[in-house]
Amino acid sequence: MAPEQPLLSMSGITKSFPGVRALDGVDLDVQAGEVHCLLGQNGAGKSTLIKVLAGAHQPDTGRLRWRGEDVTLRSPIAAMRLGIATIYQELDLVEHLSVAENVHLGHEPTTAGFVVRGKAAKESTAALLGRLGHPEVDPARLVGELSAAQQQIVSMARALSHDVRLIVMDEPSAALDPDEVDNLFRIVGDLTAAGVAVVYISHRLEEIRRIGDRVTVLKDGRAVANGLPAKTTPTREVVALMTGRNVEYVFPDRPVSPPPGDPVLEVRGLTRQGEFEPLDLDVRPGEIVGLAGLVGSGRSEILETVYGARKPTSGQVLVEGRALKPGSVRAAVRAGLGLAPEERKAQALLMLESVTRNVSVSSMSRFSRGGWIDRGAELGAARAATRELSLRPDNPSVPVRTLSGGNQQKAVLARWLLRGCKVLLLDEPTRGVDVGARAELYAVIRRLADEGLAVLLVSSEVPEVLGLADRVLVLREGRVVHTAPARELDEHRVLDLVMEGSPAS
Amino acid sequence: MTQPVSPPRDSTAKVPEAPPPAWRGLLARADVRTLSLLGVLAALIVVGGITKPDEFLDTRNLQLVLTQASVVGVVTVGMTFVIVSGGIDLSVGAIVALASVWATTVATQEYGFAGILFTAIIVGVGCGLVNGVLIAYGAMVPFIATLAMLASARGLALQITDGKTQIVTVPSVLDLGERDAYVLGIPPLVLVFAVVTIIGWLVLNRTTFGRRTVAVGGNPEAARLAGIDVRRQRLYLYLLSGLCCGIAAFLLIVLSGSGQNTNGNLYELDAIAAAIIGGTLLTGGRGTITGSVLGVLIFFTITNIFALNNLQSDVQQIAKGAIIVAAVLVQRRTASTT
Repeated sequence: MAPEQPLLSMSGITKSFPGVRALDGVDLDVQAGEVHCLLGQNGAGKSTLIKVLAGAHQPDTGRLRWRGEDVTLRSPIAAMRLGIATIYQELDLVEHLSVAENVHLGHEPTTAGFVVRGKAAKESTAALLGRLGHPEVDPARLVGELSAAQQQIVSMARALSHDVRLIVMDEPSAALDPDEVDNLFRIVGDLTAAGVAVVYISHRLEEIRRIGDRVTVLKDGRAVANGLPAKTTPTREVVALMTGRNVEYVFPDRPVSPPPGDPVLEVRGLTRQGEFEPLDLDVRPGEIVGLAGLVGSGRSEILETVYGARKPTSGQVLVEGRALKPGSVRAAVRAGLGLAPEERKAQALLMLESVTRNVSVSSMSRFSRGGWIDRGAELGAARAATRELSLRPDNPSVPVRTLSGGNQQKAVLARWLLRGCKVLLLDEPTRGVDVGARAELYAVIRRLADEGLAVLLVSSEVPEVLGLADRVLVLREGRVVHTAPARELDEHRVLDLVMEGSPAS
Repeated sequence: MTQPVSPPRDSTAKVPEAPPPAWRGLLARADVRTLSLLGVLAALIVVGGITKPDEFLDTRNLQLVLTQASVVGVVTVGMTFVIVSGGIDLSVGAIVALASVWATTVATQEYGFAGILFTAIIVGVGCGLVNGVLIAYGAMVPFIATLAMLASARGLALQITDGKTQIVTVPSVLDLGERDAYVLGIPPLVLVFAVVTIIGWLVLNRTTFGRRTVAVGGNPEAARLAGIDVRRQRLYLYLLSGLCCGIAAFLLIVLSGSGQNTNGNLYELDAIAAAIIGGTLLTGGRGTITGSVLGVLIFFTITNIFALNNLQSDVQQIAKGAIIVAAVLVQRRTASTT
């Protein structure tokens, strides 16, 4: 084996899901003992790539070589046997089992093949935790009782309980405070000193500068840069690589002057402990206000708190000057708020039901007398609302699950249109929507605003916020770091703000 | 402000799209599942007709089957609503027992027909209220809350009766249970079952209450974010199930002329099984009254045929189990092909 032969070499990896090409010929080389950082905006393909690496997804095409030999990772177990361990962002621990049981899950030390040697498991777990700088975590405790940071350590101990040569860490610092991040970096240093390779995913450029050796940048399912030096590549260049876009979305024109009138939605000092800091914002009829920020910046939490789906720690939401009862979705809906949530299928749609019933669900009292539904009126109203949004197919009797992502989103919008809502809260409105269908959805949103709706938009895709909104609030870790008219911002500047916290040079 | 969208005015110029007439809706919705259930029922009738042509097809016998099915049938209608909403009610049998003994105490019988009927229904609704409050506002898992109700209601029923059978002495109640009692040409119990079925079908398919039930069962989070009061809906559903139990208890009093603490034994299993055979998803969000009622009829037809052929109840139980498994397997296949 030649010494400079990469530990892992992926080449030409492609992976498609219905309607999306998540990976489009990605190459990645990882050397033993290096920290290789993966950078990219949400949706660039990082998650899919590491799932391929973990054996959780099978690539459509492409080659995977491990220490010079072609391998196929048919399952997560196959990856683990080679020595590839993955620490996902959503920790995959069993809360009702102890720390030691979690660490050894699936490979418990046993006597005669089936009697678990609990003491041995605890001892080896304690040793691992000590090595990770957390000897205070008791291997006998239940994982559910631990803090998020401690759970992450357990997850890492689990990875290290295998004979591991490569560890993938998906945003490991997201849930950690600065001290814990230092400890994490020390662990990473120990690992690489022992010759273990680390694939490190983070949105925070300063972390990548501190511990990274090389950087690979993903964008729209392609690796736009391979193995750049992590310490010396200028921020400007990295940001340019992340944002340079092949697909130019067409955004509708926005009105020249901001719409007159009093704000219909006023948020005053709204706070949720641990999620976002006191927030003030106004949205006027006809105006689209955008919240830009990365995962974990508190975007969705803000929207759901405004909507009453989460109870605020303090602060108020006013609609047309009247304060809403905090933490009550029904009060918000009655006052004229409507939410198109991030997880359309899990949070908005009744997947077994027709489009009509999905559209009418929030306005049933309008088609009913004494609880008795006038199905003719219901169908007619649903048809009118879906036609107004050009929902395809033009037949509201079809099951909503047969619709494309963009049309499912239109069904959610039609629900609020039919309800006659005044303020529309849009959380990642184009998630899961084909590139081709996005422009149409953007036009629909702008038209609704032009017709007098106030729109509060959240998106992790910076160009979407900049292209669609009139005014933009930039969020970083639950705090508004910048507010400006959208036309005065560009993507680089917003990314600088969300990644660095202050405008970069 | 945008105005709420109204149906476009010009829609009157075109042909207004009226919903199809009810009978066509019924036919269109008579999907594979309903047809296959009808097929099973028809096959059973053929089997009964062949093995015991004189006894099975006798009008009296068929009336008896329907009358016996009525009690569990009414419970099943309520159970279907609860399961469609993603819940479960294990306490139905115990509530029937408690309502039947409470309504037949000497003190209650002094108030005659109305006293018995009223007490049975109030006890049923009251138990449903406790279930509903615990589940909807106490955030208890339906399985556990109704399991607790099962135990307590049976215990209370035993305490009231002290294990003795309470004979009904009110003539107007006993008359309804006579073999040749008819209301509108139908045995009264069967009439009640039919009315409850029709009302249940209408409520589930034609009212906002039914829509909310389906929404809460299909996707509670989406229902909540759409502005539905999920907790209140859950409360109402257990009240509804309790109401059905109260009605069933009254039917049982009429049928047996007595109240016993052992009444309604294992009704919960029969009702759940009938709903599942009828195509109700145990995870909620989908289910039909038609299917559940056909499930009940299939169960009682089998019981009757087996009894006529002198097969013991152990064989009946085995057959019921086999039917549940077969029904679920068939439904999974039809679900995956559509």
